[in-house]
Amino acid sequence: MDVADVGVRCIQAASRLKSALTIGMCLQNEVRQMRTTFAQNSSRYLKKDFKEDLVVPEDFRHVYPEFLPDPNPEWRNNLRERLERQDMLARRSVINIPEFYVGTVMAVSVADPNASGKVNRFLGICIQRGGTGLRAWFILRNVIDNQGVEILYEMYSPLIQGIEVIRLEKRLDGELLYLRDALPEYSTFPLDMEEEILPDGAPVPVNPVKVKLKPRPWHERWERKNFQGVQDLGLPERFYKRAKELEKPYEKYDLMKEYRATIPEEEQAEIFAEIAPHYPRLEAGRRQRKRRTLTKT
Amino acid sequence: MTLMTSKDAKCIPHRRLVATRNFINLLPVSTSYLLPAASFQTSSCCHEIQKMTRLRVVDNSTLGKAAMLEGRPPRCIHIYNKKGIGTTGDKILVAIKGQKKRAIIVGCHQNQKPLVPKFDSNNIVLIDDNGTPLGNRIFVPIPTFLRKTLVEMSRPKGADFTKILAIATRFV
Repeated sequence: MDVADVGVRCIQAASRLKSALTIGMCLQNEVRQMRTTFAQNSSRYLKKDFKEDLVVPEDFRHVYPEFLPDPNPEWRNNLRERLERQDMLARRSVINIPEFYVGTVMAVSVADPNASGKVNRFLGICIQRGGTGLRAWFILRNVIDNQGVEILYEMYSPLIQGIEVIRLEKRLDGELLYLRDALPEYSTFPLDMEEEILPDGAPVPVNPVKVKLKPRPWHERWERKNFQGVQDLGLPERFYKRAKELEKPYEKYDLMKEYRATIPEEEQAEIFAEIAPHYPRLEAGRRQRKRRTLTKT
Repeated sequence: MTLMTSKDAKCIPHRRLVATRNFINLLPVSTSYLLPAASFQTSSCCHEIQKMTRLRVVDNSTLGKAAMLEGRPPRCIHIYNKKGIGTTGDKILVAIKGQKKRAIIVGCHQNQKPLVPKFDSNNIVLIDDNGTPLGNRIFVPIPTFLRKTLVEMSRPKGADFTKILAIATRFV
């Protein structure tokens, strides 16, 4: 190791330091910008009597459904829910958990000690989501090498390194479990799919596809469920007759059932008031994804 | 106690009997009508791998391919653990084309814990007594945690079960 080598290494280190400093300055500017917009937006929320003119955004319970607790009164605990919401916001400040719906194609990267490169990435369509608070989960399904694979992910698990939304869309049903009995082409998505960008402010598109099911036997009696996203099942008449005997058309008029399954608006407003100071940051994260993907292309 | 129903490689669910109270003893002795059958409830579908479960061979061994092609998939006849229920990574004994062969389960249809993949069929890879797979390629994805479980399985037995990982094409 001679003097020339040392000199070259010093020059290289200096250039790396210079580029790091410029990147650091750009980041500082961005953070300063974000801070000013945050201050402007949240000054409304930081006023003492803001709760009176607080309006819960309409899409709050669709974009962030896990912030609302499970309506079952046996499982309600005010303190636990508040602590959970704090933890959820803390996690969301570290990793961006995007807006997604059942029918969205997503890719999740997970820290896996057994995977090559220690990160395991899986892409699939969200067939079901549920859970509340830190236990919120979703299931991704894909068909790889003619083998259907499903993985359940807990949204707030610290093992998750990143969640990307590849194609943001909704389907005609709230659950797509019938994809297990559908032809494999409806669940197949290439693992190297590119992100599809939506224009700013566009509503979430609804995919009206009607899926064709394989012949029986199925995992569930799909003729007894009212799914809009399946084609005509082509079953003998006795199946539909029995389904009609078992259906409960009066359920949609049951107000108490609906009441028991939802969180009242007043409580939703209280919950939103709690996370209101963080809401601009959450929304900025939502918009940042679209902006970042635009600059990439 | 399990309710033995037919289970095929396409995973028709089997259910378990759930303990319920039997009210027949409480009825008066002098009734002349036929006593109703004992009521029992079943759980929701378990999709567990147990004895007589039909499985799908996913390697390209001649024995496996022939069995799957002729429409007589191998059946599990013994599970080498204390529970009697097989999950991914367990060694089992299967009856295939009139012979008994050992196999490793590389994919389950059962609902799994978070981050563990679940497959649409119960997949097995045929092995011999030393853990050497009969085929030389697996064409379906297998879970990454098998890398750890097969190594741990190999340690006490002196057989090398990790050769399955060498013939796998994709991990999920």
